[in-house]
Parts: sequence; C-alpha cells; structure tokens
Amino acid sequence: MHSFGYRANALLTFAVTALAFICAIASFSDKFSNQNPSAEIQILNINRFKKQSRGNDEVSLTLDIAADLQSLFTWNTKQIFAFVAAEYETPKNSLNQVSLWDAIIPAKENAKFRIQVSNKYRFIDQGHNLRGKEFNLTLHWHVMPKTGKMFADKIVMSGYSLPDAYR
Amino acid sequence: MDWQGQKLAEQLMQILLLIAAVVAFVVGYTTASFRTMMLIYAGGVVLTSLITVPNWPFFNRHPLKWLDPSEAEKHPKPQVVVSSKKKPSKK
Repeated sequence: MHSFGYRANALLTFAVTALAFICAIASFSDKFSNQNPSAEIQILNINRFKKQSRGNDEVSLTLDIAADLQSLFTWNTKQIFAFVAAEYETPKNSLNQVSLWDAIIPAKENAKFRIQVSNKYRFIDQGHNLRGKEFNLTLHWHVMPKTGKMFADKIVMSGYSLPDAYR
Repeated sequence: MDWQGQKLAEQLMQILLLIAAVVAFVVGYTTASFRTMMLIYAGGVVLTSLITVPNWPFFNRHPLKWLDPSEAEKHPKPQVVVSSKKKPSKK
C-alpha cells in the first residue's frame, strides 16, 4: 500500500471480488421465491388444414393463450422468453416440437396476459401424419436473470386433436 | 505514506467496501431493486477510493525517526578482516 497505483489496484481487486459475491448472493436469493405459474390455451378455430404440394401437412390455428407468469419475476429477473409449442408423436419420431407463437416479456406487469392469435410460425409436419392427431400444447419459458444462471421450465397441456380430414 | 498509514489505508479500504456491499445488498433486496443495489455499491466504491487512495495527511502521522548522520561517524563500522582466499581484484 506504499504508492497511489498499488492502493488503487488493491481497491479495485477487492471491490470487484465483493461485487461478484453480492451478485452470487442475489442469484441465490432467487431460490426462495414461490413460483406458481399458470397457463391455459384453447384452440378457437382451425383456419386451414391442408396437404402442401410437397406432401407435408400444414395447419393454421387460432389460439386463445392465457397465462400468469408474474410469480417468475423476482428482483433479479431481467426478462422472460415464452413460447408455445405443439408436441406430438409420429411413427418416425417420438417427439416432434413445432413452435407456434413466442413473446419476450420484459416486465412483471406484462407477465399476466390473455391474447387471441393465429399461429405466428407455420405449423408444418415433416410428412402427412397430422390427420386426427392428438397433440400437446406446451408453454415453455426461459427466465433470464440479471445475474446468475438462466433456467427454463414448461407447462404441458394435453388433449388437443386435429380433424380427421383436410379442409 | 508511513507504515502505520499503509496499514490503516488497507484496513479502511476493506472495511468500507464490505460495509458498502452489505448495505447495498440489504437495501436492494428489501426494495426489490437491483439498480438501487448497484448504485449504492458504486457510490461506496467511489467514496472508499476517495478516502484510501490519495496520500492524505492523516496517513503520515507516524514518520520514521532516522538517526542523525553524526551518530554513524561516532561509531565507525567494524573493519572486515580480508582473508587470503579473496579475489585479488578486490584489492
């Protein structure tokens, strides 16, 4: 501690170490928050259901998405990325996931929402397996904290099915 | 900065930064504001560097007392007995 530069260096090193510690504790404090997210999705209408010229099935849906992700927001949360995926099984693949809609939720006030949208991304099967297919709609979310590890979770909603014939 | 001043500066630096970190975390957590925490801590770091980095007069209150040069003249250094194995260049 004999010179200006030596003291400045020691102070900076100690300050950054302490900063790392408070960030780690802030990240750890997230574990004590109660998380009880809820979601409900209804299929309002099947707008279009056809076989493309290449032989792949394509569906256009109108969804009613209601979700409450407010409990996921803590003081250490920057934003949440949420997306709805259709998940189904085909003879070739045990799990097919098709993203239908997504959103970035920037604040707690926006985390409780209800919207009616047609699918933002096209729902296309790699094949022609969708007639009469039972599928799940899953709300996935990725929580991006200000400090610490990003984590993801989901709510699976089952019992949806597509019509038996193209329309 | 004298020896005692250096010790004081290091201790002040560590204690002030730890206090700033604890206060910042507690206030930030209770107000649920990450931004408040960062601002308080940044303020603490700036304050600490203003206190401990410059060579303030209160770090120089224990100057070393050197002996007067005349003391050395009164007590001459004992002559080293040069052994025969020494290199001739020294002579």
